Amino acid sequence: MKILVPVKRVIDPYVNIRVKSDQSGVETENVKMSMNPFCEIAVEEAIRLKEAGKAEEIIAVSIGNQSCQETIRTALAMGADRGIHVLTEEKIEPISIAKILSKICEQESPGLVISGKQAIDGDNNQTGQMLAALTDMPQGTFASKIEIDSDKVKVTREIDGGLQTVSLNMPAIITTDLRLNEPRYASLPNIMKAKKKPIDQKSPEDYGIDVTPRVNILKVIEPPKREAGIKVENISELVEKLKNEAGVI
Amino acid sequence: MTTLFFIEHANGQLSDQSLKAITATSQIDGDVHGLIVGSNIDSAVAEASKIEGLTKLIHVDDDNFNNIMAENLTQLILNISEDYEYFLAAATTTGKNVMPRLAAKLDVSQISEIIAIEGPDTFIRTIYAGNAIATVQTSDPKKVLTVRPTAFKAAAIGSSECEISKIDAENMPSISEFIGEELTKSDRPELTSAKTIISGGRGMQNGENFELLDKVAEKLGAAVGASRAAVDAGFVPNDYQVGQTGKVVAPELYIAVGISGAIQHLAGMKDSKVIVAINKDEEAPIFDVADYGLVADLFQVLPELEQAL
Repeated sequence: MKILVPVKRVIDPYVNIRVKSDQSGVETENVKMSMNPFCEIAVEEAIRLKEAGKAEEIIAVSIGNQSCQETIRTALAMGADRGIHVLTEEKIEPISIAKILSKICEQESPGLVISGKQAIDGDNNQTGQMLAALTDMPQGTFASKIEIDSDKVKVTREIDGGLQTVSLNMPAIITTDLRLNEPRYASLPNIMKAKKKPIDQKSPEDYGIDVTPRVNILKVIEPPKREAGIKVENISELVEKLKNEAGVI
Repeated sequence: MTTLFFIEHANGQLSDQSLKAITATSQIDGDVHGLIVGSNIDSAVAEASKIEGLTKLIHVDDDNFNNIMAENLTQLILNISEDYEYFLAAATTTGKNVMPRLAAKLDVSQISEIIAIEGPDTFIRTIYAGNAIATVQTSDPKKVLTVRPTAFKAAAIGSSECEISKIDAENMPSISEFIGEELTKSDRPELTSAKTIISGGRGMQNGENFELLDKVAEKLGAAVGASRAAVDAGFVPNDYQVGQTGKVVAPELYIAVGISGAIQHLAGMKDSKVIVAINKDEEAPIFDVADYGLVADLFQVLPELEQAL
């Protein structure tokens, strides 16, 4: 079985976000970029399934500008076998990403697609579900546990009130939540080895997909700042303030 | 133009999240139809039919929907999608699971977790974990939106019922199966609907120490939450998590205990009306957003707080 893992290049989660002064977006020039943390979890899970003998090959896909090759190399260094880079300079939306991935699924016939539940830049939380729709595959979103049992996969999902378990016919799409695993760091020898692993370069046109955005970003602003309040000396002062000043207890 | 809003319910009660999110539909012109699904849910149907602003309630009485599977619910909405221009649901784990699948079937982009409606095709939403606020305009003919409940006030339940229409669940795809659910049992309010929340971070040191928070929560009728650091450290389950990757909350009072205030946590709670921070590190960034800060050892002051309430 093949596992397809889409990976996204985003601003590193530990970098402070700066909104551009012309309100056109968020500053990405000269900012440290990394693999989206939920995508790292997806790569890790695919590798664990391969290590457990449940999968033979892991294909990492990234869609975006030339630098996305680095993100694919990171996945290869972790343990993915080969990469597909779909090169585009367009600000590509989840629906278009899902369409390209659905074409890749037609060509590669993966038994599972494991993706992050959301990217920490757009916070859309859409691509996995959209890919499932376009391929008519079942979906196990927000996964905290994955168990493959012949032609079905059991997915434990993080839902608002606790956990839910579903059984999906394979092929299926799974999106990862935080507790699924802790991603490994790539070792230096593996980083060196990854340089020799193949990356296919494609374009959206190769898949016949029009990636023109449908959603136009009119402006991006900073959220209103919250002012720091006062320091209290002890619990009795705190309780007094909450009762009489804030009126919340 | 007509709007379809998916209404969630559990144990005979309408979801507070849905009641908040449905308020967003009041800013869209035209009729609003509610969709409610499940068998033996008469009390929820009766209550839903009285939600102010609803002109019609569509009820699907079918065992397929005793538990919501995205594959089935998407097909159900698709069956009636021709009649609608807008499709909305609360940005709950159910809404987030189902609506993008629907959007792709309709070949449109989804606008996720809107916090305001600016015009018929223009919406406001947060990006980068709330570190930026984007105004976006869609050119898609049909609009699929999820709504962040904390951004809206709950719709009122009126006294008169709207028209109720029953439809059948046709062409259900049998590609997935519900196995079971393990819901966290608690006598206290849910995080997302609680008026008061007390959350613990890595400073709590272990899961047992969350009992100190439980005791205060008991006195305040509060929900107990946690930072991602506390969840990652295994102190508490993930459904406690407040933050960018967990739940976004906006209670009247939020008490952060032993939480340093990482960006990702602030993203989930900084819209709270009053924020209290208790931390022994006076440099902790949580104090930058707190209305009342107390620099102290939490193990000493939590029992004091419990006593003082």
